[in-house]
Amino acid sequence: MNNFEKQRTLLIIFISVALIYIARLFYLQVVDESYVFYAQNNVLQEQTIYPARGLIYDRNGELLVYNDAIYDLSCIPDQIKNLDTLEFCRVLNMNKEEFISTFARLKRQKGYSPWKPIVFQRQITIPTYAAFQEKLFDFQGFFVEVRTDRKYKHKNAAHVMGYIGEVTDRDIEKSNGYYRMGDFIGISGVERIYEKELGGIKGTRYVLVDSKNRSQGRYKNGEFDTAAIAGKNIHLSIDQKLQALGEELMQNKMGSIVAIEPKTGEVLALVSTPTYDPNLLVGRERGNKYMELLKDKDKPLFNRPISAPYPPGSIFKIIMSLMGQQEKVLTPATSYGCHHGYLFVGCHAHGSPLALRGAIAVSCNAYFCQVYRSIINNPRYKHVEDAYNEFYKHAYSFGMGHALGIDLYGEGPGVLKKATYFDKIYGRHRWQALTTISMGIGQGELGITPLQMANATAAVANRGYYITPHIVKKINNHANPNPAFNTKHWTTIDTSYFPVVIDGMQDVIEHGTAYVARIPGIEICGKTGTAQNPHGKDHSIFFAFAPKTNPKIAIAVVVENSGFGATWAAPIASLMMEQYLTGKHDTRKALLERMLKGNLTHRNDSTATKTK
Amino acid sequence: MTVQQPKPSRIDWITLMLYYILVIAGLFCIYASVYKDIHPNIWDTSENYGKQLIWIGISSFVGLMILLIDEKFFYAFAYPIYGITIVMLLAVLVVGTTVNGSSSWIEIGGMRIQPAEFAKFGTALALAKFLSGYNVNYEKDRKVQIISAAILILPMLIILLQNETGSTLVFTAFILVLFREGLPGWILLVGFMLGVLAILALLIKPLYIIIGLSVLAVLFLLLVRRTTQLIWLTIGTVMVAGLMVSSIDYVFANVMQAHQRTRINVLLGKEVDIKGAGYNVQQSKIAIGSGGLWGKGFLQGTQNKFRFVPEQSTDFIFCTIGEEYGFAGSVLFVILYIYLLFRLLVMAERQRQKFNRIYGYSVVCILFFHFVINVGMTLGLMPVIGIPLPFISYGGSALLSFTILLFIFIRLDANRVNELRGAYD
Ligand SMILES: [Zn+2]
Repeated sequence: MNNFEKQRTLLIIFISVALIYIARLFYLQVVDESYVFYAQNNVLQEQTIYPARGLIYDRNGELLVYNDAIYDLSCIPDQIKNLDTLEFCRVLNMNKEEFISTFARLKRQKGYSPWKPIVFQRQITIPTYAAFQEKLFDFQGFFVEVRTDRKYKHKNAAHVMGYIGEVTDRDIEKSNGYYRMGDFIGISGVERIYEKELGGIKGTRYVLVDSKNRSQGRYKNGEFDTAAIAGKNIHLSIDQKLQALGEELMQNKMGSIVAIEPKTGEVLALVSTPTYDPNLLVGRERGNKYMELLKDKDKPLFNRPISAPYPPGSIFKIIMSLMGQQEKVLTPATSYGCHHGYLFVGCHAHGSPLALRGAIAVSCNAYFCQVYRSIINNPRYKHVEDAYNEFYKHAYSFGMGHALGIDLYGEGPGVLKKATYFDKIYGRHRWQALTTISMGIGQGELGITPLQMANATAAVANRGYYITPHIVKKINNHANPNPAFNTKHWTTIDTSYFPVVIDGMQDVIEHGTAYVARIPGIEICGKTGTAQNPHGKDHSIFFAFAPKTNPKIAIAVVVENSGFGATWAAPIASLMMEQYLTGKHDTRKALLERMLKGNLTHRNDSTATKTK
Repeated sequence: MTVQQPKPSRIDWITLMLYYILVIAGLFCIYASVYKDIHPNIWDTSENYGKQLIWIGISSFVGLMILLIDEKFFYAFAYPIYGITIVMLLAVLVVGTTVNGSSSWIEIGGMRIQPAEFAKFGTALALAKFLSGYNVNYEKDRKVQIISAAILILPMLIILLQNETGSTLVFTAFILVLFREGLPGWILLVGFMLGVLAILALLIKPLYIIIGLSVLAVLFLLLVRRTTQLIWLTIGTVMVAGLMVSSIDYVFANVMQAHQRTRINVLLGKEVDIKGAGYNVQQSKIAIGSGGLWGKGFLQGTQNKFRFVPEQSTDFIFCTIGEEYGFAGSVLFVILYIYLLFRLLVMAERQRQKFNRIYGYSVVCILFFHFVINVGMTLGLMPVIGIPLPFISYGGSALLSFTILLFIFIRLDANRVNELRGAYD
């Protein structure tokens, strides 16, 4: 190619481009008439279609959460023309200063653009909406967007459901611009974890409005519109009746109830008291009410069952019985004597000596201190750390010392120390069973959340495995797809070691420490516990499952500052199990009455003041 | 040696006139695109058109200065000017100001300038000087080819770091300059084919492309006189192309993130993203389309009055032309622009000094690239790449740099007769 040809090649390229562009211009400006129409005093308006948020049902299909329409007044600042400010303020019931300051605020907002829609006032009332709709033609550039907010049918399960609120700048950034200022997003509970499923996908509608704010129809027959995709409905595993009873029984008490279906890991009830009415965190007052709840000294927003660790107390003896057998330092026939305790750990009066089953039934402290000692000082291991690591491994396999992975926000890990923790305090190899003996009776460096307690109970009920506890049973009528909620987590204990321990747990109910929890006709296995509380009266703990064969429910109850497990926790658990298994809870009227009337809210205060 | 002032008769007055027609047309468009009843005064310096007027004054002054400088200055100082623009580009990375998500601005005494704009003529000068050196042969010498590439790639990399994809792409216009200087045509063709193949890979399943290529290869071999070498070459080409197509497809599907995929799909028209860049294009098409045959007339455009087309006075300035002056005005504008490019091409080819010619070609190619992308974007024919329309778009930094770019060439051209005499001295 010579230079002349090269020059001509470039020239041909230039001219071809010019011809292509002229052809395109001819098509757009002369052939295709639609653009003239679109531009004829018309303005293209982008309207967001908010999808309905998914509904929430309980396990039996009872509706718990639904949607309620709210109206937002939006505007496109650059399209506001000839506004009669006085009239506008009158309709909206605001004064001129507010009007001016609102505009100033909008302009400072992140991502403000005069030709993009922006919410002028949120959640206007229905009368205002009606008045505004009449005057809409006078208020060029303004329009009303319909969105939905949540409504709760019952005042229960606030901590499970969580709540929704407006997105933060961070949410907007993380969503790659999907969320817009003022959009709702799940902030806690199921609403947060299942935001993707519940939230649906926003749609967009492009409409043309003329200079009088009258709709002139769709842009290009809706070719660019996207339909909103409604959020998916969710079925919780919660049993609303059971949940409501639990909250009623726990009224005027502080504490938690967690009930799990052992076979599936489905959470049947998750009670945290003091609680609050979820309808408080709805609507225009959401922010204020939230601040009130946040400042409340009883901390109603605190989700105790999944985040508060308690020393398990005597219920830990069940786990120890299993560990001892697995480590071959304990057999069902192993007997220890008890003379009101072991060293400085006291015990109550009971027959002596006892074998394993009897020791569980009477909850003998001395017996389990011996078991703990034989596990930790096990001669099979060269160093105390190795023996302790086995102890740690077993406890861990029951779900202790780590978050289980429930589908709720804010789950705590509890407390389970590694051997290195004691090495740091006492020095390497310089400690042994007696140094940490209080752990033998579930005190000391141990803390488990009510959720972990219920989960461990489920593992015992299943004779050796648990399934990660979860709240959401079905999404859009399909089983929760999370594979963790369908996997058996086997404990490190052989199935053959469970029967004797379970027999012991049955004895606890039939003629042991928790006789009060007995329900005629149902074989219950359980264990009471009392968690020492350095700040006040001890916490009452009880865990149980029923029926003994083919268990349907595993439950853990913690009542703070209420003393022995048998006094409050066991009867409450018993009433709950009766409700779930028989559908009734009023066969034992006196017991029910006593639980409902019990008011423990001031106990801690009095102890606290005394301690001071 | 005396400084040789260009004789007025030797300045290419046609180019100068075209420059002023475009700049004044641009000013009117900017005035129309930000026009509001409240600020009708064109001298109002608080509005874009007032500012642009000041910049036109500054640019005219700088242009005059350039015409008065000795033309050897640009040859002698080509490398230092290139060096300064590179240093400015690097400075942006350290002290740059972010405007609209691109961190390519630098503030000097209250004025914001964009060094990437100035890097264009800096690079053009450096490339022209290097290739016009004694005994430098682009066509034959591999080393020369590599150094030329390096001169281009260095500013591109720095501008890319500033997140200015548009300005980076402008430098690909230099490929046409290299084509004039001896880059074989088949490389251009192969590059073009590879581009087409890459786009096809994103549009169609790789398997179909491979099948299609194989069929073409078989047909090709049936039609020509087959030699063993040719058969292997054809098979090799098909295999390499297939590999490339598959790997592009793999990277697209597995390595890229969802939002990057969306952006590419929008560019290719597989998805319509009316929310982001697509929204601008829709609005721009409405504005242009509504102009009709004769347009709505000066200041009569309704779309721009609502400020419906975003960035209307900068990247989407062509909308105003389309809406207010219609098909007639738009065609006139396109012809005017292409005529300027044609004029510059003729001027470049008549240079006797290699330096002048290469610089001239650089000017033509840079302006052409801007024109193709910018106008194509408003017509919905090109991806939305935010680069200005030279001489028309609002923006002092851009206007000044394009003025310098153009006037240096007018100055070089004005001396072409002297060169001839100089050569015989
Ligand atoms: Zn005892």
